[in-house]
Amino acid sequence: MQTREFRAQVRYVNHTAIIDLHGEIDAFAEEPLLNQAYTQATRENPQTIILNFTDVDYINSKGIALIVGILANARRAGIRLLVYGLSEHYQEIFRITRLSDFMTVFPDEASALGNKE
Amino acid sequence: MIKNITRFSKTNSQEMVSSPTPPPRPLPPDAIRAFDITPNDPLTIFLQGHPGVFDAAGLNFDSPMLRALKTAGVRLAVPLVSQGELVGLLNLGPRLSEQDYSSDDRGLLNNLASQAGPAVRVAQLVRQQQIEAREMERLAQELQVARLIQQTLLPKELPKIDGWQIATHYQPARAVGGDFYDCYERPDGRLVIVIGDVTDKGVPAALVMATTRAILRGASRRMLSPGAALERSNDLICPEIPPSMFITCLYAILDPSTGKLQYANAGHDLPYRRCREQVEELRATGMPLGLMPGMKYEEKETVLEPGDSLLMYTDGLVEAHNPQREMYGFPRLQKLLVTIRDHEGTALIRSLLDDLASFTEPGWEQEDDVTLVAVRHDHRAPSQRAQAARDWITIADFTIPSEPGNERIAMRGVEEAVSPLGLSTERLERLKTAVAEATMNAIEYGNQNRGDLVVTIRVMKSAGQLAVRITDQGGRQEIPNTPTPDLEAKLAGLQSPRGWGLFLIKNLVDEMNIIPSDDSNTFELVLNLKEGKYAN
Repeated sequence: MQTREFRAQVRYVNHTAIIDLHGEIDAFAEEPLLNQAYTQATRENPQTIILNFTDVDYINSKGIALIVGILANARRAGIRLLVYGLSEHYQEIFRITRLSDFMTVFPDEASALGNKE
Repeated sequence: MIKNITRFSKTNSQEMVSSPTPPPRPLPPDAIRAFDITPNDPLTIFLQGHPGVFDAAGLNFDSPMLRALKTAGVRLAVPLVSQGELVGLLNLGPRLSEQDYSSDDRGLLNNLASQAGPAVRVAQLVRQQQIEAREMERLAQELQVARLIQQTLLPKELPKIDGWQIATHYQPARAVGGDFYDCYERPDGRLVIVIGDVTDKGVPAALVMATTRAILRGASRRMLSPGAALERSNDLICPEIPPSMFITCLYAILDPSTGKLQYANAGHDLPYRRCREQVEELRATGMPLGLMPGMKYEEKETVLEPGDSLLMYTDGLVEAHNPQREMYGFPRLQKLLVTIRDHEGTALIRSLLDDLASFTEPGWEQEDDVTLVAVRHDHRAPSQRAQAARDWITIADFTIPSEPGNERIAMRGVEEAVSPLGLSTERLERLKTAVAEATMNAIEYGNQNRGDLVVTIRVMKSAGQLAVRITDQGGRQEIPNTPTPDLEAKLAGLQSPRGWGLFLIKNLVDEMNIIPSDDSNTFELVLNLKEGKYAN
């Protein structure tokens, strides 16, 4: 089955790192790729990292496991994780898994940046 | 020491010996008198130093025995001795001829006495044994009654509930035991299942068991939760129980409609939940009942899914020894629970008892009470399924190769098949994610990622429901028994970050069933079309 390749890019807005995620977060979004993006995002010691899911169209249980791993790392490092761009369905998945209790979900980048304190 | 030995004296009007004619007449009723030999009577002491025949009239000292003999008209008497012990007296009244007894008579009496002594002793022993045997028989009868009474304290019959099978076994080591179990339906339709074990065995344990059972029953009449029931029972038992005795007890409440099992444990052996080919201990902490008041009992819950079983037992099983003094033990029990395939009805208990018998070998002297309670959640009743099958219309049926990532084909296929049904986007997305997760499970665990095996996806519709059946070809591979994901535990590194699949499915569809057959597993995902928590 042809899958959309997973990619992740890191950019900074002021002192906040934003990781733009693309494609499908599943077994193919291999851990190294996502972890590499996370490591890159932490290079400038940001207080907050924002995950941008706008261009993500599929997350499965393995993808959730990867996000749990990132969240655990961020919490150990004292970094706050925020999220935006989740479809309604994946917002529901974040509620069911309780991920949204640990990483606040915003509708868009502006609101996420405005609430980063 | 012999007390109260009774022997017969022949008084009045009868000669002992040398009375050729007439033939002996039957003795008149008052001719036979019984005397007691009192160990400290002066006569008894006197006779120890004076063997042989003596003249009762010729003795003059203050002795109740001697007085009794004289009053009865005894003239001559001869002690009967066996192994140096006075076992009786042979007493003679006056001769019928009113002549005195001759020295020949006396010699004959002495001879007779030396032979009669041991014979009387044997008769006495036989009689004593008969009395003891009667006493034993009486005790055995009493125990038999106690056993019957105890059996009335155990449930006469077990609740019969659709989709559930409950089986029990009770085997006290003695006539009565300290083990107990209870199982009954509460007014709200839930089942209370209790198993317990009083320290000690036999009658003392049985008495404490009866009290405990009554107190526990009282607690459940108040519809308390398992922890509260144990807490209250403990507070009531503490003042009543003898020191150094206590009771371990497991208290569970089962909701047969959902399979939800709440439980609390007062120091009892951990029950086992068998879920597919895996066995899980159900842990909850708490002190045994009767040790100290004011104890709290942890409450836990789990779900017995269709096909799961629960085993509660007492230590008489796991602590049974074989002739080599090895203990049966938990590992053997766990292993057996995994390997026993037939859990229907009493099959599980039969298999356990067979294994115990082969472990302990013939001639086993049971050391402790053995009690077993097995609860089984049936796979959905075939008749019910057949009934449902008549109403179902298949709207799509396709297969996909077992390659990672192919769950997307399943999602797309199901999406196309259900498009005429007009599900809302929200419900469609939920169904697609559930289908994806179930398909991934079939590819990965069922078919072990083997490209030559396929996953079959069948979409079916009835008047009120939509069902998607996802079947592997993996020969009934076990579905990993992952704990319910707990995000806090995962973030703290106490649980693997993975293990979300089944949890997501259960939360996204109205009903999830796992239907095993001999060579496959089927995930059945059901959406209610008209009503239900996710209805349009």
